[in-house]
Amino acid sequence: MKISIQINEGPYQHQASDTAYQFAKAAIKKGHEIFRVFFYHDGVNNASRFTIPPQDDRNIVNQWAELGIKNANSEPELVVCIAAALRRGMLDESEASKNGIDGNNIHPAFRISGLGQLIEAGIQSDRLVVFGD
Amino acid sequence: MLHTVNKSSFERNSLKSCINIIDDTSVILLIEDGVISATKNINSSMIANLANQGRVYALQGDVEARGISSKLVDNIKLVDYTGFVDLVVEHGTSVSWV
Amino acid sequence: MAIKKFMYLNRRSSFGTVYAIESLEVVLVAAAFDQDVSLAFIDDGVYQIIEGQNTNGIGMKNFSKTFHALGDYEINKLYVSAESLEERGLSADDLMPLVYEDEDDNWVEKSSVKVVSNAEISKIMSKQDVCFSF
Repeated sequence: MKISIQINEGPYQHQASDTAYQFAKAAIKKGHEIFRVFFYHDGVNNASRFTIPPQDDRNIVNQWAELGIKNANSEPELVVCIAAALRRGMLDESEASKNGIDGNNIHPAFRISGLGQLIEAGIQSDRLVVFGD
Repeated sequence: MLHTVNKSSFERNSLKSCINIIDDTSVILLIEDGVISATKNINSSMIANLANQGRVYALQGDVEARGISSKLVDNIKLVDYTGFVDLVVEHGTSVSWV
Repeated sequence: MAIKKFMYLNRRSSFGTVYAIESLEVVLVAAAFDQDVSLAFIDDGVYQIIEGQNTNGIGMKNFSKTFHALGDYEINKLYVSAESLEERGLSADDLMPLVYEDEDDNWVEKSSVKVVSNAEISKIMSKQDVCFSF
């Protein structure tokens, strides 16, 4: 079955991203396809490649990256809402240069895109599960 | 339908709202702090009947993490994350009462 | 591709958190996808469409006006929980007069807001393919 996930909260503050990750891992192990994970609201903070948790804690960003959720064209299907991301200072290379900012922080396993990707995930998937506060 | 509730009934009204809305064929999965509502407490009457009908699940990892395994309401069904996935697959549309 | 039924479940009021405005943003984007869209306002979500909101004193955008645009995008199924209104001392008269023009009925202006019981919302919800909550 094709399953998509929406995550509304950032890492370490709420359990939402942890639960979603465990859910996604279990779904993949069962042979389901995670069509897309869409990060919205503070959920965009799950995509920061600058995240440095203490050594004895999980690295939520790397955990997501290691799941390697991609489409047939090898593009990441860990999708960060562009409007929510820019508001919160989460930028990829292209958005940084477009806005004249001297750095970018989106992990390469994620990509920035529009809200249409969330709707499309709802249309294309058999199930959509929301994790939030 | 599958309805997930992730907050304690002592903190939010999401479980109450969920129970007020769901139809007779829906099931509830308590996750994260929602598992606190799976324990025997002053609010238990909210879910006791549904649990007796076999329609209340709780995420085992969250129950164990919170040290409440021995305090659960009768007939709550425990599932792991794989069981969570199975519930999503089996029960159609998911509604999160966040 | 078959049209899917999408429900947007709104359970929080407008300004304390970002969820209400971002839910509305998704609804506006969704309009371009020609899907069957319903909005449900339950619990404090009913305050999102109350008449007379004024944000001058808090320095935030008064996006309640945007709800008036939904009718133009053929988003005209806004279900409001009668029980949630009553619990909060509100009635249908306290809500914004949101309307759409019915193309199947000589473009007559009709109300998009339907105050219904929780039992009715339950029936509508059980027919959905996707339920977004924020």
